[in-house]
Amino acid sequence: MKKSLWVLAALLAVGAAQAEDTLKKIKDTGTVTMGVRESSGLSYTIGDGKYVGFHIDVCTKVLSDIEKQLGKKIETKYQPVTSQNRIPLVQNGTVDIECGSTTNNATRQKDVAFAVTTYVEEVRIATKANSGINSIKDLNGKTIATTTGTTSVQTLRKHERATGVDFKEVFGKDHADSFLLLDSGRADAFVMDGSILAKNIATSKNPHDFKIVGEVLSVEPIAIMMRKDDPAFKKAVDDSIKAMIKSGDMAKLWDKWFLQPIPPAGAKIGLALNDATKQAWANPNDKPMEEYAKK
Amino acid sequence: MGRWRGGGSLPRAISYAANKNEESGVSNWDWAVFCKDTASGEVVASCFARGRDITYLQWMLSAWGWTLSVALLALIVALIIGSLVGVLRTTPSKWLVLFGNAWTELFRNIPLLVQIFLWYHVLPSIFLSLRGIPSYVLVAFALGFFTSARISEQVKAGIQSLARGQRYAGLAVGLTLPQTYRYVLLPMAFRIIIPPLTSESMNIIKNSSVAFAVSIAELTMFAMQAQEETSRGIEIYLAVTGLYFISAFAINRIAHAIENRVRVPGMIGGK
Repeated sequence: MKKSLWVLAALLAVGAAQAEDTLKKIKDTGTVTMGVRESSGLSYTIGDGKYVGFHIDVCTKVLSDIEKQLGKKIETKYQPVTSQNRIPLVQNGTVDIECGSTTNNATRQKDVAFAVTTYVEEVRIATKANSGINSIKDLNGKTIATTTGTTSVQTLRKHERATGVDFKEVFGKDHADSFLLLDSGRADAFVMDGSILAKNIATSKNPHDFKIVGEVLSVEPIAIMMRKDDPAFKKAVDDSIKAMIKSGDMAKLWDKWFLQPIPPAGAKIGLALNDATKQAWANPNDKPMEEYAKK
Repeated sequence: MGRWRGGGSLPRAISYAANKNEESGVSNWDWAVFCKDTASGEVVASCFARGRDITYLQWMLSAWGWTLSVALLALIVALIIGSLVGVLRTTPSKWLVLFGNAWTELFRNIPLLVQIFLWYHVLPSIFLSLRGIPSYVLVAFALGFFTSARISEQVKAGIQSLARGQRYAGLAVGLTLPQTYRYVLLPMAFRIIIPPLTSESMNIIKNSSVAFAVSIAELTMFAMQAQEETSRGIEIYLAVTGLYFISAFAINRIAHAIENRVRVPGMIGGK
């Protein structure tokens, strides 16, 4: 038994050996691997191995700044990640910079580092326009849909325990499924990130049948993720993002992805820049979600 | 940070191995995640919270209960309907055979996940009365019907593997067709197909993981949700994998015991 533990320990140690300088790795290999999502509000595929989205545009700009800094042409490779594997893939060096939609929280900060927050998500309630639901108080005794594998499930649970409001939860396997639960009447409300609600409503059959109501249930900073303990790379990424905020490029990207028609279908999400994001841009920081909750 | 206490040697051994690597930068394994409260994220000393609060361990055990309930309910549906359809497919009546074949092909040629969605989203929008039925019942029927197609195939094969003379002998001594099945054919056929039925019963435990798609808080949903909340995917998935293995293996042992118990010396499969 003891011997086999050493073998296990040795295997784990091999995985650790490559905690190195990302900038040097990029310079030496001439390539960088960007982690992307298949289907997320900030990063998604339009087929054919092409990935687009707000965060991908941000990362592309960051990488072109790093290219200038290194004085060498670098090739970007795309690696699709899921919410289950994104952290291990960043840790083990498969992905150098993850440009999906990862919430920066204290638990994750033990494993990875985050760039300064580029986007602040607000968890909201979507409901049928004629439902009479206007805030979380009105949800007493109602059925609420949300998506398995998201932080919204935990947010709801916390609200339920804290306020004593009693509601029934149903879980969709993805956002489209959760929206279908609301659309088909199996659920009275759908609690999720505001951008996801806006996108689902915008692309539904009758967008006027739905509305987003009530208070902000939780605020989550979303940021670009990279390996921990690599200050040179983090500084390069942060500086590039701060420059984009200052020059107004970031606001232009918001306009491009959240107010103008977006590929592939040309739908408009119609999500105005929210106050929390404005504040994050005014004072760039990499504070985790827990810091936002304290306010 | 509180470590897993009552867990015996495996968690401790793994923490030990992981601690060895802490300096070298490998993320540490943390089995205490199961003792955390699901709302506050604080570690509960006994791993079992009281009142309205629950820990991840309690949640996982309840998820295990859902997995077993859905699977067993589906297994009952599958065995009853599968046997019935399998028998129909070996009767002399052309229409009964046609019905049995149609049933089998319908349910085994549509992917399971698609069937679950048909039951949950499509049928209730056509037959409004289905809306009142709890989703676990719908899933048990969906999973049960899917598996019944496979079981009917095995029952049919079991009956056809018997010598034709058995059926004729039964009818010749004056038994009716149902009596021939009841007293001559099925007792033999079922003994022969216990091994494939065992596989099917184990599969149903694993296939029950699709129930997460229609909002049943079973093990797969627990794994997806809890790993997102705790960022401790490896520990969560290992524990869930262990529970699936234990459940399927328990079915295997029970079936093995049944097989030994009903064995008839001198027959196929006997000693």
